[in-house]
Amino acid sequence: MASHGIKDRVAIVGMGCTPFKEHWDASADDLAVDVVGDTLDSAGIDKDTVDAWWLGTAQSGMSGITLAAPLKLNDKPVTRVENYCATGSEALRQACYAVASGAYDVAAAVGVEKVKDSGYQGLNAFPIPTDGTQRTLTAAAMFSLVAPAYAQRYGIDPAELRRTLARIASKNHANGARNPRAQFRREMSVEQICKMPEVAGMLSVFDCAGVADGAAAAVVVRAEDAYDYTDRPIFVKALSMVSGNASGLLDPEYDYTHFHECEAAAADAYAQAGITDPRRELAMAEVHDCFTPTELVLMEDLGFSARGEGWRDVEAGAFDLDGDLPVNTDGGLKSFGHPVGASGLRMLFECWLQLRGEAPEDRRIATADRGLALTHNLGGYPGEMVSFVGIWGSERG
Amino acid sequence: MRGIISAAAHLPHWRLSHAAVSGVLGTGAGRGSRTVASYDEDSLTMAVEAGRRALLGAPSAPSALWFATTSPTYVEKTNATIAHAALRLPGDVLAADAGAGLRGTAGALRSALASTDPAVLVLAGDVRTGPAKSPDESNGGDAGAAVLVGDGTTGTGPGAVIAEHLGTGSATREFLDRWRVPGELRTRAWEERFGEQRYAALAAEAWSRALDAAGVEPSQVAAVAVSAPHPRVAAGFTKRLAKDGVESIDTLASTVGFTGAAHPAVLLASLLETAEPGQVVALAALADGADVFLFRVTDAVVTHRERVRTLAEQLATGDDSLPYATYLSWRGVLPTQPPNRPEPARMSASAAERRLDWKYGFVGSRDHSSGALHLPPARVSFEGGAVDDMEPAPMADVTATVATFTVDSLAYSPSPPVVFAVCDFEGGGRLPVELTDVRPADVSIGMTVEMTFRRLNTSDGIANYFWKARPVHGVAPVIDTTSGHTTAEGND
Repeated sequence: MASHGIKDRVAIVGMGCTPFKEHWDASADDLAVDVVGDTLDSAGIDKDTVDAWWLGTAQSGMSGITLAAPLKLNDKPVTRVENYCATGSEALRQACYAVASGAYDVAAAVGVEKVKDSGYQGLNAFPIPTDGTQRTLTAAAMFSLVAPAYAQRYGIDPAELRRTLARIASKNHANGARNPRAQFRREMSVEQICKMPEVAGMLSVFDCAGVADGAAAAVVVRAEDAYDYTDRPIFVKALSMVSGNASGLLDPEYDYTHFHECEAAAADAYAQAGITDPRRELAMAEVHDCFTPTELVLMEDLGFSARGEGWRDVEAGAFDLDGDLPVNTDGGLKSFGHPVGASGLRMLFECWLQLRGEAPEDRRIATADRGLALTHNLGGYPGEMVSFVGIWGSERG
Repeated sequence: MRGIISAAAHLPHWRLSHAAVSGVLGTGAGRGSRTVASYDEDSLTMAVEAGRRALLGAPSAPSALWFATTSPTYVEKTNATIAHAALRLPGDVLAADAGAGLRGTAGALRSALASTDPAVLVLAGDVRTGPAKSPDESNGGDAGAAVLVGDGTTGTGPGAVIAEHLGTGSATREFLDRWRVPGELRTRAWEERFGEQRYAALAAEAWSRALDAAGVEPSQVAAVAVSAPHPRVAAGFTKRLAKDGVESIDTLASTVGFTGAAHPAVLLASLLETAEPGQVVALAALADGADVFLFRVTDAVVTHRERVRTLAEQLATGDDSLPYATYLSWRGVLPTQPPNRPEPARMSASAAERRLDWKYGFVGSRDHSSGALHLPPARVSFEGGAVDDMEPAPMADVTATVATFTVDSLAYSPSPPVVFAVCDFEGGGRLPVELTDVRPADVSIGMTVEMTFRRLNTSDGIANYFWKARPVHGVAPVIDTTSGHTTAEGND
């Protein structure tokens, strides 16, 4: 029993991504129609060419009909998947496996989320009937628990850590400012961010992902067929998913300075892809920067920094656009907001652009010739999360 | 020997100084302060807190539980059954409400003393409020109290009688003094002098009946606790007693306030904190009539005081910095804008009933093979993976240490911000849980907290009760769950 992966067996041959913003004028149906249209055009196919569909949406609809109805798909299998904030990656993963299994020639993964119709700020979960004892904290507060724990463990002055977190937000805002699809396109200095009022622990709203509607999608085919669709396909090197068992909420051993699920998913993905030194082998990484402490800890969980050294690497600019491993070159959740079903596919869209040399010049990475990109997408909270890691390559090995 | 086995009170952490009120309303500053139930406390949670203390170390469960309040969470639905669940009493214990009148506590106490049940627990709690400037706002206080009555065991340990019942006298005559229509904020009152005179007569009658019943002379009575809905009524009877050379104890008017249905039981707890073994003491409860109870304090009272968190300790550790506006918003007198977040969904009755011991009793589970503690209880162990091999782990009386924490200004709360901490329990077990009775700036990694029963929110009229953690102030009696031994620890 082992995780074998499907390295170089399937490829992405078409992608689309809507602007992420407050789409007051667009419904989930509209976003789906728009993004699927762009994606099919990108692959040069029509909707009937796609044999099977996976829809990732957390809260914008249930069942495959949510996608089949607006697109008027004809007698196709359409599956709606949900896996917290990793929903988009989960849809992609299912589509890749479906093609790798030989069941279908062409599959599509579509992530759509209409967040801004709730009438509330932030993301809000479906109320599931419970005994009433569950905590009702915001996600920002749950992730803010990491900051004091990290500062305490590594002996960092909270003011210093505050600057490090602001450095992460500032970097992502700078990248997002260079991305026309991003929700927020304004640069923010470290000083400006440090001055913002705290809303959850030491976090201000500028430590939090934005809230936006959006959609992204990908067409998946067998690797050997990839060049029939495009000159520059992106090959799947690794797909890894780990669902935590929430023991971090029970076990005093868990110290809130790392995410075990992300570490485990990364280890599995690197094994599948044959990566031993991610910091130097990867051209770039798109990671789940839902809150600034999350990105900090992920640098260590994904093996980009040694334990306790992530904050130093952040300060040194290692993950800047021109750093030795650019992270969240599109601006991340910070600049894009987090339409749950779409985010995982939006991350892949940036890899698609960068590895194909299509990213606009002002945010094009110098490391693209390394040929490998990583997407990391998580859902849940410290102590109880699901984590996805995907590795994508411009060459079939 | 029948009498009182245990008595305890719960004073909420927050205090409203009369100066804070006069600063806003411009009326003359009263002396001292009153206790204020936090936004997450109500008559029931405060009674439960007192009940936990009264039952601490008790060798056996009572046969019946009575709950008295004039500010019930529910009508139609019985409130006492929630206390029954929170105190983890067995299924054969009766739990019933004493009714919504002020006299319910004295009634339950008298019934308990006359009962043939081996032990009866009388709980009382009240949140005293009213419109701004009302007498109930300025003279009132919030508290819970518990009195365990029974035949008692011999010796001086938990379960022994600390005050032997000598006799009771009652006097009843219908007269209209104070009244409140259910659901209304304001308690109305007839001209005070009318009630004052009726109470004076009734108290005198009940007093002489109790002395007769006990065969005791006034000169033998060392101290009387007088509970009355108006300060002047209490003062009148105190004066009358003083003529016979009988001393009355502090009515707590300037430190706690009149705590309604809880007050007779609060004062009884206070009386037993200071009385010496061998002394005869009395409780005079004046509320739509008069009931006087005479007791002889036993040697067991000394160890009881060491076991129970006393009123004196609680009075010494409260926080009297509560702004008047916060007090008003907690009581709903001053509505404030909540965060723009969805309100919590109502709890599911069936889901709550399935996890009764967890939700109300704070009972987790401990895996036999690994010893791993699970909060909430689980079927499969996170350590070792054993299935259905756990025993209940009662954790309500175990202290915990803060591993990390946050302050959430965005989450929905009846009183934002939410202060929240990952709490690691002494001897194992973790729960990320809300903190209460704390100012955000006072939380730190490593601080010691204890569990307290609270109302998290109310939705669709359903009060959602669960536990929160709060800083340990002063000395907290803590039961070592393995040995039943009582230890003490504190933050300051």
